[in-house]
Amino acid sequence: MSFPWAKQYEPKHPTMQWLDSRLPLPRFVYNAVGAGYPVPRNLNYFWNFGVLAGVALVCQIVTGIVLAMHFSSDAATAFTSVEHIMRDVNGGWFLRYAHANGASMFFIVVYIHICRGLYYGSYKAPREMIWLLGVVIFLLMMATAFMGYVLPWGQMSFWGAQVITGFFSAIPVVGDSIRIWLLGGYAPDAATLNRFFSLHYLLPFVIAGAIILHIWALHIPGSNNPTGVDVKGPQDTVPFHPYYTAKDGFGLGIFLLVFAALIFFSPNLLGHPDNYIQANPLSTPAHIVPEWYFLPFYAILKSFTFDFILTAKLWGVLAMFGSILLLFFLPWLDSSPVRSSNYRPVYRWFLIVLLADVFLLGYVGGAEATARNVILGQIATTYYFLHFLVILPIVSAMERPRPLPNSITEAVLKGKGGTAPTKSAVEGNMVPAE
Amino acid sequence: MATADTTLPAGAPHSADDVVADPRRRDYMQIGAVAFAGIGAGVIALPLINSMNPSADVLALSSTQVDLSAIQPGQSIKAEFRKQPLFVRNLTPAEIAAAGAVPADSLRDPQTLEERTKAGKTNWLVTLGVCTHLGCVPLGAGEGENKGPFGGYFCPCHGSAYDTAGRIRSGPAPLNLAVPEYEFTSDTAITVG
Repeated sequence: MSFPWAKQYEPKHPTMQWLDSRLPLPRFVYNAVGAGYPVPRNLNYFWNFGVLAGVALVCQIVTGIVLAMHFSSDAATAFTSVEHIMRDVNGGWFLRYAHANGASMFFIVVYIHICRGLYYGSYKAPREMIWLLGVVIFLLMMATAFMGYVLPWGQMSFWGAQVITGFFSAIPVVGDSIRIWLLGGYAPDAATLNRFFSLHYLLPFVIAGAIILHIWALHIPGSNNPTGVDVKGPQDTVPFHPYYTAKDGFGLGIFLLVFAALIFFSPNLLGHPDNYIQANPLSTPAHIVPEWYFLPFYAILKSFTFDFILTAKLWGVLAMFGSILLLFFLPWLDSSPVRSSNYRPVYRWFLIVLLADVFLLGYVGGAEATARNVILGQIATTYYFLHFLVILPIVSAMERPRPLPNSITEAVLKGKGGTAPTKSAVEGNMVPAE
Repeated sequence: MATADTTLPAGAPHSADDVVADPRRRDYMQIGAVAFAGIGAGVIALPLINSMNPSADVLALSSTQVDLSAIQPGQSIKAEFRKQPLFVRNLTPAEIAAAGAVPADSLRDPQTLEERTKAGKTNWLVTLGVCTHLGCVPLGAGEGENKGPFGGYFCPCHGSAYDTAGRIRSGPAPLNLAVPEYEFTSDTAITVG
């Protein structure tokens, strides 16, 4: 695993020697985040977010297990059991706010983690499998977050369930039957709530499993870095511990400050007031919106208003799922031999435009469906697909990248941290030697 | 590929090595075993999948009585049918005329008002109050609610507009508001489902 100069685990205490020869768990941890894992020496703070995502998942699992001890997954009592948690359970308000805002924190760090991967080409060979598993984790997160949002059985919860499961009714012929099967009834009801609770409890452990595979796949080639240049020797790396445990520890402190600020000062900032109204199957809220982290995808769904060949409804659903499934093909849509966008002057700009486009989609997703917003959404949706299917393949084939540094160490010693080209870098070295 | 059947003379002694060297027989056993296990796993999965279908108590709610006597022309009510909203609307002659004035062929989901109501009871429009886009409850059944540009129902969530016959006229919804199965049990009462 990783590089030949990785330090070996040498248990000193007889107990640890005894354990190491029977179940080498400490060795496993040492090789994952200890001195046994040499990491490029030039990682910037964008490399904090993987660890932060792991911390966020652990927070969600811990608070979720305790909340489940107080929650009732029955349609008649779910809403009141959440109020019971808020008012009667000791510290219940804290647990619930930590869990609800923890989901937002999880998505914030994961989105930054994904952007890091996009910008520095972390999805490129030899790290395609890490990226694919990452997209799987993202899909699992979306399913888990959606089902968790339904559990308090407020108005937004209920109508979210109605709308999201309505996607499946867009499938030709069998769609309605599939939806009724998923819901266990004709509309979201007791059966739906109970099975969503069961799955909401199960899926985080599936996510944890997928994360283990994600990290396992990462440790085969080792971490990418801001230059995108491969590690050439021991001088390019430092041991994970103590160098990045310390750096991640600092990042974790910042993360916890933001998290605590949300919980203690503005716990409902990212929620929707309608979810404090008990679910009413006979009345839709004036404006159904998902949680903020789904808004760009919701905008893509809403952008299809005309039938052509297929119904607008089916187009919307296909495009929404397609916008995520597209990410699976990213390693093959981008043929550029250079990983880091620091050395890709044209692609870098298109990536920034894509980010702006996703923010625009997020705005449209949360805004009302006025004529102007529908057109904005349609333009932004078109650009989203254009970026991945047309711009990216063309740019990666046509672009002339800047010269890469000869090594990570060279980039670091030039004091540029790998962000600028060096004069000594020659054209022949543009493509990382692999 | 040669098989034991063709290369070994009849009655030749079989050793353990012969069995291993006989790919066809071994493949047959393996494919058979895997197929058998696969079918078994599928059969075991069936009750698990089936348990997620609507349960008997959910299905038992499938019939609802609605009293129409208090609904004046131009009024509508929301009832509940299978845990979903049911719109019952007493159309005015003007609304019936508006629905009839539209050529059915020009619609996304072509249907006339007559096809959507009972003979001789054209003024009683009974539909599910479930937008055929993604299942929201459209406005227009309640007092003073926005009936949308076509005077029927309007779903503000994604902008689907239905006309006075509950037919989809604009927006992303693909179908007209569904008409459930129902019967007039008297002049002023219906049984839905």
